[in-house]
Amino acid sequence: MDKEKRNTNYNLYVESKLPKTKAWPSLFKAFLVGGIICAIGQGFFDLYSHFFPNLAESEVTTCMLMSIIFLTCFFTGIGIYDVVGAWGGAGSVIPITGFSNSISSPAIEFKKEGIIYGICVKMFTIAGPVIVCGVVGSIICGFIGLFI
Amino acid sequence: MISIWDYVISFLVGGFICFLGQILVIRTKITTARILVLFLIIGMVLEVFNVYAPFKEFAKAGASVPIIGFGASLARGAITATKEYGLIGIFTGGLTATAGGISMAIFASFLFALIFSSKTKKGGH
Amino acid sequence: MQTIKFKNKPYLLNGYSIVGPLEGKGPLHNYFDYILKDDTLKEKTFEKSERKLLQDIIVGAIDKSGLRVSDIDFFFGGDLLNQIVSSSYTARELGIPFVGLYSACATMAESLALASIFVENGLANNVVAGTCTHFSSAERQYRFPLELGNQRPPTSQWTITGGGASIISNSPSKIRVVAATFGRVTDFGIADVNNMGAAMAPAACDTISEHLKNMGRSPKDYDFIATGDLGKLGSEILIDLMEHQKLVLGKNYADCGCMIYDKTERVFMGGSGAGCSASVLNSYILQKLAKGDFKRVLLVSTGALMSTTTSQQGDTIPGIAHAVELEYINEKNDNLKDKELKQKVVTTKLNNKKKENK
Repeated sequence: MDKEKRNTNYNLYVESKLPKTKAWPSLFKAFLVGGIICAIGQGFFDLYSHFFPNLAESEVTTCMLMSIIFLTCFFTGIGIYDVVGAWGGAGSVIPITGFSNSISSPAIEFKKEGIIYGICVKMFTIAGPVIVCGVVGSIICGFIGLFI
Repeated sequence: MISIWDYVISFLVGGFICFLGQILVIRTKITTARILVLFLIIGMVLEVFNVYAPFKEFAKAGASVPIIGFGASLARGAITATKEYGLIGIFTGGLTATAGGISMAIFASFLFALIFSSKTKKGGH
Repeated sequence: MQTIKFKNKPYLLNGYSIVGPLEGKGPLHNYFDYILKDDTLKEKTFEKSERKLLQDIIVGAIDKSGLRVSDIDFFFGGDLLNQIVSSSYTARELGIPFVGLYSACATMAESLALASIFVENGLANNVVAGTCTHFSSAERQYRFPLELGNQRPPTSQWTITGGGASIISNSPSKIRVVAATFGRVTDFGIADVNNMGAAMAPAACDTISEHLKNMGRSPKDYDFIATGDLGKLGSEILIDLMEHQKLVLGKNYADCGCMIYDKTERVFMGGSGAGCSASVLNSYILQKLAKGDFKRVLLVSTGALMSTTTSQQGDTIPGIAHAVELEYINEKNDNLKDKELKQKVVTTKLNNKKKENK
């Protein structure tokens, strides 16, 4: 039997042996965690629009996002966010908190390699693609904007 | 005006977006970075097709807190700056609109990296 | 031939194991020599903790055997960190001549086998073979930062904090090394780094069947067959693969990765890492052998030989497995075979004395 055939057969066999976990609990957890994070965001939004009525809606939104990002970095530092993430799955990744956590966790992790080569270099090992795709994507959108 | 409805809709819509993300995680074993990029691009596409603004009007923080909102403001920033300042806006618009979030993420990460150290996990979940 | 049979029967003098707090809660907690309360070992980085851990293990094994560091001729060892730094730095501290090895998680059986070959051929009197892993240092090298809130796939395994070392010697003890088989690198095209058990199972199957064939034995002849870190899924696959070869692994088979953790701990498919087979061998298995509860044991350490670079480039994961067969020496038994062996023991003792006199 040739190798490729053996390997595809083995991969199919392993696929059939994979443990079948129920999807619903993890989907529910993701829904719950994501929903709560968004509701907290709404809380900050209402708070800032109440105290700073002169700000435009987009500025209040930015303030709200900045607050959540700051808090996430703090919770990452004290070692709580990884527990939330392991429980909530995508519910903790898709909100902006996931972006924040993916910047702060390598920064904290690689602190031991020094400030320059540790914190600064490794900070974007996970979130780098988000910044790159974001910038490239926004430039493409800008070009599209020329023609709209 | 604070209304309970805003919170309910934020919770439901935000939760539903994460629910969709979790389906992807289970089906495709997608990693953190890929999820973030995927939803960022979804946000940009929504903005380009002018769907995001009414969606945000409806879903409040349920639309702006997920990374979709981040993508949408990158795209919106670039488009409005292009209309206002011409070609230069293509390059300045996106990051200008999202500077607050990115700066805060970098600053807070740097700050807390100086203060805290990583701790061993006490078992998975 | 792939299997090396030892005639002078190198002895396994003693084993020593240290594990972390999570492993210390597991079902084998009574067997470990020492359970850490603080897995940083009061060091500043997890890499430093890992090397302190290995140093403590090696020194512990030497002390337990009543030897001094200067009595040890060679240190065979390796670990999972890049450039096997933990072992090299430990060797730097101890000053024992060092043979650095890398077979990923199969390092324990590999170092044990090589140490036995050295003692068998009279190249050394006492050799220490050992390895260890640390969850946190492995995690930051192979996977993600510890504080990243990501979810592990259900097929993933948990790198153990811990390890073990054994002293192979020509002075008699109750356990001897009978034979060792070096495995072939086997790759059945698994590319998922979160499913290492499936990647390594074919290698384990190949090595076990080769060993059994060369020794003329069947799985029933062993009181205990232990694989290194296949995990729950991997060991199920191994049992299936062995059945295809008409070899039945029964109740005498277990996987070290499945044994080390309590079922309530959420470690997915079980433990993994070089320290996995090292700590279980040097605690549970050796103690059972020394008491005579096990007469004959086959240890098959399994390793996945990929790196983060190769897996990001989409290459499949090659697996390897090395096997070491250990036996309990029952001197009271009047079996003919044992009498012969007893004579041999006496003659080797005499030979050793003669050598010393010279």
